[in-house]
Amino acid sequence: MKADSPKRTGSGIGETVLLPVRLAMGLIDAPLRWLQRVAGIGGMAAFFLMPNMLIFGIFVLLPFFINFAYSMTGGTALFLPDRSFVGGDQYARLFDCSNYLDANSCTEDTFWTAVGNTGWFVILQVTLMIIVSLITALILNRNLMARSFWRAVFFFPVLLSPVVVGLIWKWILQRQGLLNFGLYGFGFEPFTWLNDRNWAFAATVGVSIWAHMGFYTLILLAGLQAIPKDLYEAAEMDGTRPTRAFLRITLPLLAPNLLVVVVLVLIKAVQIFDEVYVLTGGGPGTSTLYITQYIYETGFATQLRNPGLAAAASILMGVVLVVLTLLQLSLSRSSEKKGARK
Amino acid sequence: MRKTGTMLAALAVGFLTSTAALAGDVRIMWYSDGVEGDVLKDLLDRFMKENPDVNVVLDNVSYSVVREQLPVQLEAGNGPDIARVTNLKAQSQHWLDLRPLVGDPAYWDENFGAQADWMRPDGSNQISGFMTQITIAGGFANKTLFDQAGVAMPGKDATWDDWAKAAKQVAESQQVPFPMALDRSGHRLSGPNLSYGANYIGPDGKPAPLDEGSKSFLGKFIGWIADGTMSKDVWVSAAGSTYRAAADDFINGQLVYYYSGSWQVPNFSTKIGSNFDWVATGSPCGPVNCTGMTGGAGLVAVKYTKNPKDVAKVMDYLAREDIVKEFSERTLFLPAHKGVLAKGLDFKTDDAQAKAALNEFVTAGTSLSDLARKLPGWHWADTFYGALVTRVSQAAAGEMSLDEAITRIDADIAAKVKDSSL
Repeated sequence: MKADSPKRTGSGIGETVLLPVRLAMGLIDAPLRWLQRVAGIGGMAAFFLMPNMLIFGIFVLLPFFINFAYSMTGGTALFLPDRSFVGGDQYARLFDCSNYLDANSCTEDTFWTAVGNTGWFVILQVTLMIIVSLITALILNRNLMARSFWRAVFFFPVLLSPVVVGLIWKWILQRQGLLNFGLYGFGFEPFTWLNDRNWAFAATVGVSIWAHMGFYTLILLAGLQAIPKDLYEAAEMDGTRPTRAFLRITLPLLAPNLLVVVVLVLIKAVQIFDEVYVLTGGGPGTSTLYITQYIYETGFATQLRNPGLAAAASILMGVVLVVLTLLQLSLSRSSEKKGARK
Repeated sequence: MRKTGTMLAALAVGFLTSTAALAGDVRIMWYSDGVEGDVLKDLLDRFMKENPDVNVVLDNVSYSVVREQLPVQLEAGNGPDIARVTNLKAQSQHWLDLRPLVGDPAYWDENFGAQADWMRPDGSNQISGFMTQITIAGGFANKTLFDQAGVAMPGKDATWDDWAKAAKQVAESQQVPFPMALDRSGHRLSGPNLSYGANYIGPDGKPAPLDEGSKSFLGKFIGWIADGTMSKDVWVSAAGSTYRAAADDFINGQLVYYYSGSWQVPNFSTKIGSNFDWVATGSPCGPVNCTGMTGGAGLVAVKYTKNPKDVAKVMDYLAREDIVKEFSERTLFLPAHKGVLAKGLDFKTDDAQAKAALNEFVTAGTSLSDLARKLPGWHWADTFYGALVTRVSQAAAGEMSLDEAITRIDADIAAKVKDSSL
């Protein structure tokens, strides 16, 4: 009887809270039943998807088509009706190169420099991000002392605004920054990290990994924890070495999570902008100028802005992102099929 | 019940009064280099006491907002009612013509007429606003470092080479990281370019290709960055035409000679204080002349305002002789107002260095070249400056040679002219 009392109280509160919901459901029940009769089950699915599709249409599809329309126009005017139609001229201008491997041979050399920089950034950052996140996840999956604390430590930078991340690292890496202060204290000569093209590039890669790895570590950690322990116990009983267990058990079973992480990191890397813009401003020279900054500067930040050219560049970037997303979908489907066959 | 009724009535009154206030709102977008935002706020508070029907809202923003976000707002037909802007001519199509709205247009023509053309479309007699300050680009030297190094400071007609040589000696002697620095700005770079004989304006009024004068100084400048005479930090610290100043390095005593302009005087006066002695030097000489650039910030009315009469009332107040005088004296800015200049100013500072520097800039203002006076009113000036900064910084970072940079500058400017369809 004693055990029943709180249950009754809880149920009473639940009833009170749910009462308005039930009333509302009762009110819409009749029209929904009528709709189902008229539209059928398929129509109901479309009806319930409509709000989401409406938001997607207004905030994603419509801007995409407007952006495409902009990319076919020229001039400096902002409003589409005030702009002149130039067809594919903006795309032609972007692709006007005598040698695609030499940015200086292109009319829009800065665009190709940004494309090249972004390419290198993606290759390095994605590779290092996967390795670092995986190692961190493997370590955090062990029975460490204060494991929750360490997980929070690695996740903390994810909560910071990219501008804050950029400012923190600028404060550390600038000429009179914390790093040089430390080096000077140990008798070393201060170094201008952000003025050297290689170090500045390395800094953008390192900072972006520091800022985002916590998120990917968390995804991989969830994957690691889903692997049944008895597989490792069986492997251990068979005398399997830890490296072999990692390659034969951990990696294959972690593959779906790894795939998600690879694609997410890849897309995020192509879009890199905010923390780098604050940290290096795209410098020294154009050595950390990435494609999103090029689009921003061409469309908004320079005198006599060229929204058409910026839109054309962003459409090209969008195409790359769509290809990457389709790749993810196709890979995840094929891995699901393989899993189902097994 | 009575309590609830009273509360509802109070809310209704509050709502109605706040709506009435919104009707007379005048928003000013303002950036500050020093204390001018505080001074303006004080002046506007007085205005609102005199004119309780007008509510002036001062939006203090960073300079980059004025440079990068305001133009987009204006293109979209939005923006504040009044803005403090440096890029005046290229955006002149967005300014409100105050001529039919101000109390006495003749007063405006008489006192601000010399710069009126900088902020109105070519060929019009529009009153768009007035210059809150006239700026003259010029140099500053850390006198204490020169004294400690025992190096004589170059004199009145010293050349850029003289200053470079002396600053390098001082930096080596005093273990200072930077002998010289010049703001990452096309406007600043144009002073020495003009002193080396550059001409930016072609016979048709459109940008001319870079000539020998520009090439000559740009070659020297990039060479100085390469050999460490000129601070590399400022010029390679960003891509594109982003503005960067070296004022903090000078304030921290890390810089022997800094080429910037008169607007830094209040900043230095406040932040350097008695830490070290500094002097303004005017602009070093080139083979042709010893000019810096003139320019400044103008306060302009935006034509998309919903309250043009209130805007004109605020502008009339801020352009008043006594208000301009007080603003200039408290901010240590050089005024544009003819009457104020004629009667003289008593700058409100005890800092003898700041007063001497301001006098030096007033003197430097008399030796500006004709082209330096003309460029602030030239439609393509900012386009030219942007291309200069973008490509010179790439050359400074070692990404391209001087010749390639010059070819790119010409091509960039030509493309912008073509894009604008003017």
